[in-house]
Amino acid sequence: MSVLVISEHDNDEVRTATLNTVTAAREIDTDVDLLVAGSGCAGVADECSSIQGVTRIFLVDDPAYEHDLPENLSPLVQSLAERYTHVLAPASTFGKSLLPRVAARLDVQQISDISDIKSADTFVRPIYAGNALATVQSTDSVKLITIRTTAFDAAPTEGGNAAIEKIEAVTCPALAEFLGQELTPSERPELTSAGIVISGGRGMQSGDNFAMLERIADKLGAAVGASRAAVDAGYVPNDYQVGQTGKVVAPNLYIAVGISGAIQHLAGMKDSKVIVAINKDEEAPIFQIADYGWVADLFTAIPELEAALDTDP
Amino acid sequence: MKVLVPVKRVIDANIKVRVKSDQSGVELNNVKMAMNPFCEIAVEEAIRLKEAGAVEEIVLVTAGIRQSQETLRTGLAMGADRGILIETDEALEPLAVAKLLKVVVEREEPGLVLLGKQAIDGDNNQTGQMLAGLLNWSIGSFVSKLEVSNDSISVVREVDGGLEKVRLKSPAIVTVDLRLNEPRYASLPNIMKAKKKPIDVFTPEDLGVGVAPRVTVLKVVEPAARDAGVKVSSAAELVEKLRQEAKVI
Repeated sequence: MSVLVISEHDNDEVRTATLNTVTAAREIDTDVDLLVAGSGCAGVADECSSIQGVTRIFLVDDPAYEHDLPENLSPLVQSLAERYTHVLAPASTFGKSLLPRVAARLDVQQISDISDIKSADTFVRPIYAGNALATVQSTDSVKLITIRTTAFDAAPTEGGNAAIEKIEAVTCPALAEFLGQELTPSERPELTSAGIVISGGRGMQSGDNFAMLERIADKLGAAVGASRAAVDAGYVPNDYQVGQTGKVVAPNLYIAVGISGAIQHLAGMKDSKVIVAINKDEEAPIFQIADYGWVADLFTAIPELEAALDTDP
Repeated sequence: MKVLVPVKRVIDANIKVRVKSDQSGVELNNVKMAMNPFCEIAVEEAIRLKEAGAVEEIVLVTAGIRQSQETLRTGLAMGADRGILIETDEALEPLAVAKLLKVVVEREEPGLVLLGKQAIDGDNNQTGQMLAGLLNWSIGSFVSKLEVSNDSISVVREVDGGLEKVRLKSPAIVTVDLRLNEPRYASLPNIMKAKKKPIDVFTPEDLGVGVAPRVTVLKVVEPAARDAGVKVSSAAELVEKLRQEAKVI
């Protein structure tokens, strides 16, 4: 057996999701190769060569791969996939966009968003917004799988010594053209890999009020998230959304502020180790899964919390 | 231009699902079913394109048991023109659905296929991408904005880092995200009118597509429940518990 991991990166740095995916790959087999496809991405391959547990890195440096277009990447991944028993990618918008296209072209039924590996062909994955867990067995000869990154630790980025092999790009038809992007700048940790997350919901009442959460986040080294309601209302950008169809997070501490706790939101955070809920409605469903519930008006509670965090332990 | 909108019948999004006691799956008997919410957004977008004069005909297609026809009627009542039901009792996987849709696309020759980004039952998020792969068409997934011009479709995608703008060569596949639009409710007169709109029925065999599953579901269980927590009454108490008891800050 052998496993190919499709790395996710921005041509400068590898994303943590890749490291989680390497750990999942190592649970399947110790023979793990990594694909680094991009443009001007040789530095990423160098960075990845020290990831523990990676045998070989395929570096493909070509302008066609600069923007992760699935139309361009899928012929390349398809050409490599047939040498492997498993091809893995993170269940991020990158992996979700790319891998099913490859799977269809290989006539493989992909397994999405796995949270546990039982054997080389049997996996656990959440369905119905995490309200059920399915154990599924694949009969395909090559298994294409996306990984729920919060369910697997990040592989160590030191101690590895993978060989880098440059390979050629695979011709692809010009079907799509990247026009631009608006990425949300943030000095805080990435939402999906942060140790602490503080999220706001509709109860925040405005985007400006999220500054209160940002101050707490800066004290705790936390990432800031939001419920769908807060994103729909325009308080914060789409990439803040935690939930069934947004980001899935599982930090050590999740603080839900002014979030009622719709099942679609719970689906994205209920595997957090410790959950705190602050809401003025004591009937809010979020309290049913919170380890620590505080029934309070967030506009008085959050400043009090900020002050309390400044006290000595 | 003709638009094809594949739709799926799923458990209503507001219903709490129950796992069957024999662990064979989720209870579907006597449970309220509805159109997958993301499919509703796709239908709505097709209707808005038609209202704006960019689209002449909206064809809905679904694959599943006979009752899936109700889901087609829902979309026809919203404003789609006609429906196609691919009737089967087999539990369809995304690859099988994509293969069925490929045949429908080849017959109908739409300029755009609009789908929901995922169905809220299996949460697979695969069908649109697979269909694009099988057809070797361009795709915009996770789309929150869409503009149609003569030979291309421009989309804004909601990606993990923010937003991304891509121009797709037509014909194209677009999978829609939550913030593309807010689907309308069907009016009573439109619900009545929808009963007379045509629905063609085929089987997978008619379309020459094998739909046998590739994945065996060994068991379906409920996730471990979280223990009930405690209430705190002040910031000082909360911080104390997080420091001393939970040891997370």
